Amino acid sequence: MAQKLVGQRVKRVEDPRLITGTSHYVDDIHLPGMLYAAFLRSPYAHARIKSIKADLALQHPGVVAVITGKETKDKCGTVPCAAAVPDLKRPTHYCLALDRAYFVGHPVAIVIANDRYTARDAVDLIDVDFEPLPAASDPEAALKSGAPLAHPEFRTNLAFKTEGADISEIFKKADKIVKQKLLNQRLVPCAMEPRGVIAHWLPGEQQLTLWSSTQIPHLMRTQVALMLGFPENRLRVITPEVGGGFGSKLNVYAEESLLGYVSMKLKKPVKWIETRRENFTGTIHGRGQVAEIEMAVKNDGTILGMKYHIVSDLGAYHQLLTPAMPILTGLVLTGSYKIPSVSLSVSGVFTNRMSTDAYRGAGRPEATYMIERMMDRIAQELKLDPVEVRKKNFPKPEEFPFATPMGVVYDSGNYTLALDKCLELIGYQKFRQEQAEARKQGRHIGIGLSCYVEICALGPSPAMPAGGWESATVRLEPTGKVTILTGASPHGQGQETSFAQIAADELGVKLEDIIVVHGDTSIVQYGIGTFGSRATAVGGTAVYEAINKLKAKGKKIAAHNLGVEENAVEWDGSGFAAKGQGKRLSIGEIALAAHLAKMLPQDMEPGLSATHFYEPKNFTFPFGAHAVTVDVDIETGAFKILRYVAVDDCGKVINPMMVDGQVHGGIAQGLGQALYEEAVYDENGQLLTGEFMDYALPRTTHMPWIECDRTETPTPVNPLGVKGVGEAGTIGSTPVFVNAVVDALAPFGIKHIDMPLKPEKIWRAIQAAKRA
Amino acid sequence: MGHKIQLTINGNSAEYEVEPRMLLVHFLRDHVSLTGTHIGCETGICGACTVLLNGEAIKSCMIFAVQADGAEIITIEGLAKDEKLHAVQEGFWEHHGLQCGYCTPGMIISGVQLLKRNSDPSDEEIRHGLVGNLCRCTGYQHIVEAVRYAAKKTNEAATKEG
Repeated sequence: MAQKLVGQRVKRVEDPRLITGTSHYVDDIHLPGMLYAAFLRSPYAHARIKSIKADLALQHPGVVAVITGKETKDKCGTVPCAAAVPDLKRPTHYCLALDRAYFVGHPVAIVIANDRYTARDAVDLIDVDFEPLPAASDPEAALKSGAPLAHPEFRTNLAFKTEGADISEIFKKADKIVKQKLLNQRLVPCAMEPRGVIAHWLPGEQQLTLWSSTQIPHLMRTQVALMLGFPENRLRVITPEVGGGFGSKLNVYAEESLLGYVSMKLKKPVKWIETRRENFTGTIHGRGQVAEIEMAVKNDGTILGMKYHIVSDLGAYHQLLTPAMPILTGLVLTGSYKIPSVSLSVSGVFTNRMSTDAYRGAGRPEATYMIERMMDRIAQELKLDPVEVRKKNFPKPEEFPFATPMGVVYDSGNYTLALDKCLELIGYQKFRQEQAEARKQGRHIGIGLSCYVEICALGPSPAMPAGGWESATVRLEPTGKVTILTGASPHGQGQETSFAQIAADELGVKLEDIIVVHGDTSIVQYGIGTFGSRATAVGGTAVYEAINKLKAKGKKIAAHNLGVEENAVEWDGSGFAAKGQGKRLSIGEIALAAHLAKMLPQDMEPGLSATHFYEPKNFTFPFGAHAVTVDVDIETGAFKILRYVAVDDCGKVINPMMVDGQVHGGIAQGLGQALYEEAVYDENGQLLTGEFMDYALPRTTHMPWIECDRTETPTPVNPLGVKGVGEAGTIGSTPVFVNAVVDALAPFGIKHIDMPLKPEKIWRAIQAAKRA
Repeated sequence: MGHKIQLTINGNSAEYEVEPRMLLVHFLRDHVSLTGTHIGCETGICGACTVLLNGEAIKSCMIFAVQADGAEIITIEGLAKDEKLHAVQEGFWEHHGLQCGYCTPGMIISGVQLLKRNSDPSDEEIRHGLVGNLCRCTGYQHIVEAVRYAAKKTNEAATKEG
């Protein structure tokens, strides 16, 4: 029998088209007679729109139409929010602004023209009379009385508030209470491919096709159908190649409904491709949380309880999951630790800024950053080793499944194992000796740790806004080739390869005889999509279960054709064999028999295809330990990264090369937040970091060499044992940098420095400490 | 409005008529249908639109098509010869140097140029050579390995031939 492919470093089947420039992203699709759309967007965070004069634009040669909110208000619906939060204030989010604009980038009008240059020219010819209004910008300031209101009709900027439990009795038992305020700054996801939509209305067929760069084609189809009041079964959503999402395309956007409307109105295909500036102002941001934390601890490092208050900067509107982000933070608040009592309160705040929503990790990096910073703060306050404090509070392997006070049950884990491996690889004890020596010589080196746990494989449907299952159809064609239709919609994660690996092993066919199809709602059965590190754990399991169904049928066909009882045949790795008789039928031969349908058991349907909708019974909880060492130059505040070690446990690994890739990329985004990235709005709500020129993404020279290792603790939640790894790097890495820099500066007594760790900030912290 | 230019793109010479303000990248994508060259920012920062112009890697969103008049251009589509991948393309496939693939064509073209200038680069030199290309997926590590692979493979082939 051929070697199993699961667990192997299999080269990706997606790559040949991507490395030769022959794949198709939305902007690569050209339809005859296609028109181009460009948006006029508000340059103000908050403004009254007194008038819109489009005459000059309409007279411009090549311009076909100018469309404003007055026209689309009753045609394009409102932008949906699927998050359920009690007593949530919900501003009506029309697709185009009506009499007010609520954030910089708020779409006000669309120009449709014969080509993209003309469309952009004509945007500048529209005369909008904006009357700027005071804007709510900083979320903490927005909560103060008398602050400008983001939505004056609510008379407050507080969109929702949840109160925490009273745990003051627990706090009375503490030897010490460690407090810290921590900022999790706003970030811009920056997928390299901006968003884009093509809408094509076929009046004869009464069918509307939308090509969109999205992570959720089916959910998007349902929502856009509702927005347009259009029959869902006549709406086809195609996601061709998608150039990265990271959560920013896990959404339903105004442009998707608007383009559909425009195409139906003009009876022509219409394309809109987001500019990078639009991507910065009009595609969701991530994070944006300010947290005040108090930890009640014993002198030996045992944690008794935690109070946590989040101020969450929601932005002007609720996009698909906006208010759910701080709630997700709450689910994993206790991290890798046994913390018996937790009081969590959340204030969701409207600001005149772009909405925040799911960005790689979505609420969980915020929680991990907080808890991992606090573990170091506790160690610092109690003069204990940060390793010791962490280990003291870990649940032990035999305590799994482990229920946390946040209402989730961790499936499996061995946190000490991962941490020990990480410590050994980075040489923790040796580093501490070197550090002591270095300090004597006036060098400031430091080490930062993080022990993360994340919630992956989102998730059981009762815990999800729109169903948390995933679907797969596995079809054996008459020639024995295998077609897999997956409802997950991968966009860089490589599931065309990993799903084919699973199928190749289970069916005993060659990898090249399998095709994985996704991202077309007219071809693929309803699915949920790719986000929340779910595609392999949930979607891959759906593939696995569909194959089981298909093989059960195949077994019956084989027995019938071999002339034996069903219980007399067994799977031999690539077909069914009659036990002890030397007779067998390969899965390909069974497929042919199933389609010829001349020799099928009585009453059996012809064909060999099975669909499975897999509903996970729980989330999965991958974990790991990351460590970094740094050397801080106290004269400039700049620091060098010496080594980075990542030990991740994502359960069973399908393709180690792709897992490494996910870890590396995740760490790059975590490092980006820790060191460089920051969406800065000024007090008027103007975005100051609205281009790559001002918003610092990590480049090649910013990244350290990442030393990857793993432990493997399979999940009992699904039969594959896989947990998910898409967000691990981002979740695990962010706190290690701050922990390391603060550790390096321990001789100064510095307690905390907020991200991003700019040299200037570090230098100022050193100066302040010297003065103190 | 039209302005006549002559270009050799991936070995094919032709005359074209373009608007003077047409960016080279839009010209390649929309007029010559070579959509392998991508647009990530239009401001010369991300490098997704990198092509070879007379052998030099340039960001094709930063020049007008008319400025390229008379030039030889190689895009990602022109890199493989007779169905055989260029060593840098092969390296990206072998070492998983890409995930979503959007930055990849520009990244590969920059890799080709860096190996032309330095056939045996250190990791640090590889990183320096690719500093003008942004990738949001990979964390760059596998890209460095991909270029390292391509250098080794090219040098081995040269030694054999030599």
